[in-house]
Amino acid sequence: MTGKVYQDATSALEGVVFDGMTVMHGGFGLSGNPENLVTALKENGVKNLTVISNNCGADGVGLWVLLDNGQIRKMISSYVGENKLFESLYLSGKLELELNPQGTLAERIRAGGAGIPAFYTKTGVGTVVAEGKPTEIFDGETYVRETWLKADLALVKAWKGDHEGNLVYRKTARNFNPNMATAAKVTIAEVEELVPNGTLDPDQIHTPGIFVNRILQGRDYAKRIEFRTVRPRADKEPTSQQENA
Amino acid sequence: MAWTREEMAARAARELKDGYYVNLGIGIPTLVANYIPKGMTVTLQSENGMLGIGPFPYEGDEDPDLINAGKQTITAIPTSSFFSSADSFAMIRGGHIDMAVLGAMEVSEQGDIANWTIPGKMVKGMGGAMDLVAGVKRVIAVMEHANKAGKSKVLKGCTLPLTGSRCIDMVITDLCVFDIDRKLGKMRLIELAPGVTLDDVKAKTEAEYVVALA
Repeated sequence: MTGKVYQDATSALEGVVFDGMTVMHGGFGLSGNPENLVTALKENGVKNLTVISNNCGADGVGLWVLLDNGQIRKMISSYVGENKLFESLYLSGKLELELNPQGTLAERIRAGGAGIPAFYTKTGVGTVVAEGKPTEIFDGETYVRETWLKADLALVKAWKGDHEGNLVYRKTARNFNPNMATAAKVTIAEVEELVPNGTLDPDQIHTPGIFVNRILQGRDYAKRIEFRTVRPRADKEPTSQQENA
Repeated sequence: MAWTREEMAARAARELKDGYYVNLGIGIPTLVANYIPKGMTVTLQSENGMLGIGPFPYEGDEDPDLINAGKQTITAIPTSSFFSSADSFAMIRGGHIDMAVLGAMEVSEQGDIANWTIPGKMVKGMGGAMDLVAGVKRVIAVMEHANKAGKSKVLKGCTLPLTGSRCIDMVITDLCVFDIDRKLGKMRLIELAPGVTLDDVKAKTEAEYVVALA
């Protein structure tokens, strides 16, 4: 009855895409990116997009393809390094950029989904981020007001999902996806495994289906790794980030 | 002899305490993980949504769904947890993280830090740095004392756009260690790297500080 399942990313975008729209894009770096939906958005050719995403892809992959295709007017992000095209478009004035502290970006999205128009945070007080924004003192400390972020469309990527749109993410590919899923008029989820209803444990659902309008089985995931860091198998002593128990 | 990058990381690791939850920035701060004293439990947080970071994976075991905030492949440990970006920053902003170690381009004697942009030259963004300096209980900056031209990076006031004001508790450079009383806005020189003299530090420091060697 739900009718949330779509054959592919192209059909899932039908009727919900228009020039000048605001799109949320899940993922951190290239992890947890809605790869199928970004490709379909490129093929769709929709223009003048405002894209809310922590990053803007990396050279040659992810959101980079929409930048390269001239479809993005403005980015709202926290970090846009490792992307030469972004830098050149921005420095030549062809791309608008609003940089947000990462936690403020996440909370603005969370607030958008939760129906909270504004909140106060200590992040950014005394920096350019707080310029022009109201401040208030709570318990003797200064906080700056930040407002909610909402979008016309959220594109999220999950590991598993059922026909109701219940989603389960995998490891650090979760990141912004569950927050963005709540904050748009229409949320489309692509999943690595579309499973029959009743397969997912209700206690383990990360995003309840109410937040998801359309869902599709993704394919051909590239899942590119930006920085491959390893230790040799012979190495008994960990040489990197570790926890000593 | 000034401290190497590894030695600076080892010095920062001496600030760790058993049971700490810690966020390590990119660069020298990441190396701090290699110097966690044996027998001490320190849990590392990554702002992209993970608590309990393990070592880099064995070759062939890399998982694109398992990365740190520097987008490097990592591993989980038996006590790891994963969560959303909003939950991650609730930990950071909400004061639940005990210590952060961050790189810096400039610090000031009042505890200001600049590490996210050089106007007109570098467009990268602040990522999670502004949230970390605002919300973590104790913040340590690790950096070279002076730039390649010999100009001090320990200043009376930062010249670059700030990441946060009055938020740094300690600065570890290749030459020495300063602690900062951020309420009073005062800096004290508390330790010298082996072979470094008070005059060496004085010559490369613009900021005012009190000498208080142990």
